[in-house]
Amino acid sequence: MSTATVEAPAEVAAPEPFWTRQRRFGVALILLGVLAAVLFGSLAPDKDARFTLTEDAQGAALSINGQFGAVLFGVLTLVAGGLLLAGLLKRWSNALLVAGIVTFVLSFLCWQVAGQFMSLQDTLGGTLDLALPLILGALAGVLGERSGVVNVAIEGQFLMGAFAGALIGTLAGSVWAGLISAAIGGVIIAAILAVLSIRYLVDQTVVGIVLNLFALGITGFLYERLMQPDAQHYNTPPQMPAWRIPGLADIPVLGPVVFDATLLLWIALILVVVIHFALNRTRWGLRTRAVGEHPTAADTVGIRVRGLRYLNVLLGGVVAGLGGAYFTLVATGSFTKNMTAGAGFIALAALIFGRYTPIGAFGAALFFGFAQKLAFYLSAINSPVPNQFLSMLPYLATIIAVAGLVGRVRAPAADGLPYVKS
Amino acid sequence: MNRAGVAPRRRTYRPPGISDVGEIPLKLELRGITKRFGDLVANDHIDITVEPGEVHALLGENGAGKSTLMNQLYGLLQPDQGEIVVNDEPKVFRSPRDAIAAGIGMVHQHFMLVPVFTVAENIALGAEETRGGPLGWLDRRRARRDVLETSKRFGLPVDPDALVEDLPVGAQQRVEIVKALTRDVDLLILDEPTAVLTPQETEELLAVMRSLTEMGKSIVFITHKLKEVKAIADRITVIRRGQVVGTARPDTSEDELAALMVGRAVSLEVDKRPAEPGRSVLRLAGLVVDDDRGIRAVDGVDLEVRAGEVLGIAGVQGNGQTELVEAVMGLREVRAGRIELDGDDLAGQSTKRILRSGVGYVPEDRSHDGVVKEFTVAENLILDMYDRDPFGNRFRLNLDKIDGNAKERVAQFDIRCQSPETPVGTLSGGNQQKVVIAREMSRPLRLFIASQPTRGVDVGSIEFIHGQIVHERDQGTAVLVVSSELDEVVGLADRIAVMYRGRILAIVSPDTPREEIGLLMAGITGGNEEKK
Repeated sequence: MSTATVEAPAEVAAPEPFWTRQRRFGVALILLGVLAAVLFGSLAPDKDARFTLTEDAQGAALSINGQFGAVLFGVLTLVAGGLLLAGLLKRWSNALLVAGIVTFVLSFLCWQVAGQFMSLQDTLGGTLDLALPLILGALAGVLGERSGVVNVAIEGQFLMGAFAGALIGTLAGSVWAGLISAAIGGVIIAAILAVLSIRYLVDQTVVGIVLNLFALGITGFLYERLMQPDAQHYNTPPQMPAWRIPGLADIPVLGPVVFDATLLLWIALILVVVIHFALNRTRWGLRTRAVGEHPTAADTVGIRVRGLRYLNVLLGGVVAGLGGAYFTLVATGSFTKNMTAGAGFIALAALIFGRYTPIGAFGAALFFGFAQKLAFYLSAINSPVPNQFLSMLPYLATIIAVAGLVGRVRAPAADGLPYVKS
Repeated sequence: MNRAGVAPRRRTYRPPGISDVGEIPLKLELRGITKRFGDLVANDHIDITVEPGEVHALLGENGAGKSTLMNQLYGLLQPDQGEIVVNDEPKVFRSPRDAIAAGIGMVHQHFMLVPVFTVAENIALGAEETRGGPLGWLDRRRARRDVLETSKRFGLPVDPDALVEDLPVGAQQRVEIVKALTRDVDLLILDEPTAVLTPQETEELLAVMRSLTEMGKSIVFITHKLKEVKAIADRITVIRRGQVVGTARPDTSEDELAALMVGRAVSLEVDKRPAEPGRSVLRLAGLVVDDDRGIRAVDGVDLEVRAGEVLGIAGVQGNGQTELVEAVMGLREVRAGRIELDGDDLAGQSTKRILRSGVGYVPEDRSHDGVVKEFTVAENLILDMYDRDPFGNRFRLNLDKIDGNAKERVAQFDIRCQSPETPVGTLSGGNQQKVVIAREMSRPLRLFIASQPTRGVDVGSIEFIHGQIVHERDQGTAVLVVSSELDEVVGLADRIAVMYRGRILAIVSPDTPREEIGLLMAGITGGNEEKK
């Protein structure tokens, strides 16, 4: 037809500035590495740090001299930072970043654990346990946000789920009734969010915040008026049993943690995988992503934009409600006022840190869970690090992770924008 | 529920002659279609018949009601009155799904493609082939194969695995067409398809349209460009203010078509005397600017605009024109180079200072950057002067003076509004633009910059706006016009700079043959393709 073919759009690549993200992280890691090697190394007692496999202090263990380990891992952090700064191994820059952070944490642990022991099984178990609601909450967020509805109400959904689980679980005397009610509790908040934001086009962030306050208020009120006076009848839900899978449960470290666990943990792990594949490989997933990125395009090929958004927000409510069940049916035996204590917001952070993907959100939730577990562990071994600082640790990790490490996260293009037919 | 619940098409009639191509000709009739939005009658009893295998051009100005009509045909809107008849069978389209099922597809002016999806994903969306399962496991191999098949059958090359956001607009448009064709449509609505294309890409599109009609497809071609209509249409329906005002054959002259479209005789030529260029007013040297994503958009531009001349910048949208103008206006950071106005460096100065030093600016996105829609005409006319004599000072506005100014400007610039107190948002695009131009020309100017001065403006107002720009030039102002409409640049400019990928490829005279300018716009200089 014509000799002229227009090549790719006008993207004249700018010459890369010297201080790329990688280089800046490199410098940060070098500083951390020096800090670790010098400070942790000099503070660490010259004793063995034992990382035992089981909870038995005398059992099989990986052990290393605390001082040596602190210096060694500090130097490794420094090396990872150096490689990033030098711009070597560019394809592995993310792996280097992770390696740098992990070695820094290990150096810190060598200092802290020297002369004592840390159980890997207990650490992993605690991490998973603390991450469990975060995983479910973040997955709920993934469902909503990928279809274009911002869900800031995860905290409220947690609270409703926890409350409904405790109340109905106690009344029915069945943990399963509690679990289902928790899901329904989450759905109730989700339904209000969906109707107000999809049907009535109210600002989604504002609705989310209001719903959190609403959930806090109503569960708090009912707790004081109903549960507190007569806890016996209203606030003693049965607990979820841990099920043991013979054989698999005998795998060292991992077995007792994953295969001798509650159904809720399995649901969470399975959901991560299912939602990952469903989002990327199924018709539902393709349409969900289309609706979150370019709803008008989806509408013009006959996809019901609002319907799909309703569906996804409600599904998210189910998942977040199950996350709420963790608090009353797994972690503690009763509901207390505001017992979720901001976990919903950390789940939101995990969602963003995980770049709106199920696998990423799972990883982020584990990271935050580990930070919490570490804080508990350190206070248990009477660490010289002040207690207040330790309880700050999970939140500090969240801020650093979300603000510093992720860089610019590309949210779904139509996230938070109501769809109005023109 | 395979194929997304789209009911299988009923194919009752298969004429022997065309069956080897496997196409069913589709005859479409719109009978008395009426659509109201509040008091506004967007479509007023419109009757149109599209015969099988023809290119039917729907000609009309912006806001004449063409897109509203087509959105009803495609099921995005429902008519208040009237019916849509496909092959003598009345149809009701509640959603695009129904329209597609009846064999009608549409390529929208703003592409309906998800940027982060691949071509195959975009084409499959809404009509996905699945291997079953509760959520519908996607059959991605089959999706790819379908794309390649359709692409081959109709001679529209697309790469199924490319990400749409990486494709140039011409290729994105092919994806849109393939998307419609994979849905087995027999009638294709193309809404202003050439607005974003280079002249060469336009040629290619017209060729594609011809080959599609040869295969028995019908095409409804919506446009306001007369040349293209004459080049391709079998039949022309002209719409003005929501009504069909006439039909025409392609041999009708451009002037007649324009008169039909506008409702009175208009002059398509810009009437101007030869320029008398004076001193150099604006001088750009080695200007480098980045776009929002930090990618180099203007890559070392040297340019000079002299007093009393119009310098036109031609180029396909997105080649750095926007960023260039924004940098001159102090709206975007200058990475390197100089911007001199009569020798003073403007780089790094505030936009307010730049405006006050005698620069008039018509931004390309009128509704975002040109006017405050909720403000009245009178208020919009003094947006740049509200804190200056005589309109006000630091503490108060002089409402009488503002009012008087508005009355004067409304008369002088022929701004059609009920009163100066009407919110600007209620005016037509052309009248909004006149407000912007009236405001910017109310200061003593050394330099006047107009970006896309007539985008979304009716033909009648275009004539007026062009006249004003030439008038400003004749008073000795240096004028810089940026437009993606080649006709406009050629008509207005005394010299034309062609911009491609952030650089000025050449500066040519407006008498240069169009093909040559078109090639330059595609980055081809002197017969040698520029390879990067």
